Amino acid sequence: MATEEHVKDAGLSFHPMDQFLVKPLFGEGDVHWYTVTNVTFWLALAILAIIGILVLTTSKRSIVPSHGQSIAELAYGFVYKMIEDVTGKDGIKYFPYIMTLFMFIVTANFLGLIPGSFTTTSHIAVTAVLGFGVFIAVTVLGFVLNGTKFLGLFWPTSAPLALRPVLAVIELISYFVRPVSHSVRLAGNVMAGHAVLKVFAGFAQVTAVAPIAVLGVMAVYGIEVLVSFIQAYVFTILTCVYLKDALHPAH
Amino acid sequence: MATETHDAGHSAAEAGHAAAESAVGMPQLDVTTFPNQIFWLVVALVVIYLILSRVALPRIGGILADRAGTITNDIAAAEDLKAKAQQAEEAYNQALADARAEAQQLIAATRAEIQADLDDAIAKADAEISAKAAESEMAIADIRAGALDAVREVAAATAVDIVAAMGGKAEDTAVADAVADRMKG
Repeated sequence: MATEEHVKDAGLSFHPMDQFLVKPLFGEGDVHWYTVTNVTFWLALAILAIIGILVLTTSKRSIVPSHGQSIAELAYGFVYKMIEDVTGKDGIKYFPYIMTLFMFIVTANFLGLIPGSFTTTSHIAVTAVLGFGVFIAVTVLGFVLNGTKFLGLFWPTSAPLALRPVLAVIELISYFVRPVSHSVRLAGNVMAGHAVLKVFAGFAQVTAVAPIAVLGVMAVYGIEVLVSFIQAYVFTILTCVYLKDALHPAH
Repeated sequence: MATETHDAGHSAAEAGHAAAESAVGMPQLDVTTFPNQIFWLVVALVVIYLILSRVALPRIGGILADRAGTITNDIAAAEDLKAKAQQAEEAYNQALADARAEAQQLIAATRAEIQADLDDAIAKADAEISAKAAESEMAIADIRAGALDAVREVAAATAVDIVAAMGGKAEDTAVADAVADRMKG
């Protein structure tokens, strides 16, 4: 592979970003929108993982759950309770959408921790689709459910009248920054972690610092396991918070 | 940085295939791959949504509802059983108390019966004893009377013998009167 050649050339070289390359899965050539790439492959694996976690484990429908079924029920209860706590009872009907987001992000993040894998959620294109998807859906939902009252979100009536225009501008800016921060947070966290892993792995080529580098890889990997889950959790709970704004704009 | 110097030379040579070989800067910002990623992501999300909303979530929801139902039923059944157990305990205590009372009655009745028998027996024995005592008294009186006669006879005979021994001669009747006189006095 490319990396090995560079090692021979330069003695010590870092290619922490190579892991993020989008390549056609079969053969060489340009990446068209329909090309089957490594993105396709790892997205398909994520779908299979979700089927494995949520569908296969629950096939027995046992009253006393097996280990696998417990995990499926745990994931279900985790997201269900999150929506119930944050948005209230009327947010429950959006449960399948939010569960889709959560399961996709959490499985994609964990699949990305397999050495040599491609992490779909480390790409801003992917997380931007997720973030802007949530943003557009929530905004449309807010206007459909509340009409112009949804604009009350930007007009805090509890503040003094003189301050309200200023606050409205701030609220408006923060509202439109939401999808950007929402998607960049996820992609940035995942990408940075994976890049740091590669940098430590690159240092492991040098005998003198190899033990430290390997320990560093282990430590960063441990942190990445946490980050994988926490970022999925953060993304989901922020989606719930935005959904709450759409359902109950008067806050 | 090694990466940059290397990439500089490399990308100059094959700028077109840079994406396929080694990363130039951030592959995340390579706009040419965006349509591909977005297309496959949307496909994946739709597939996941369909799987979740059609199969996984109704099934897990059903399992959880079933479990909640089973637990509620079991708790109700357990409460029924508990009530039954309490009833059984009460019935047992009642039966125990009844049995105890019955036993007390039986004991009292038996005691009364035995007492009656005993009283009868005592009365009978008393009557027998008094009858025996009266009989014995009669016998003693007879014996006493017999003894006086015997004493009189013996005394007369002894007196006759004594008179004879003294060398005198006495009439039997005289001796008998004398003895009778003495004995009276």
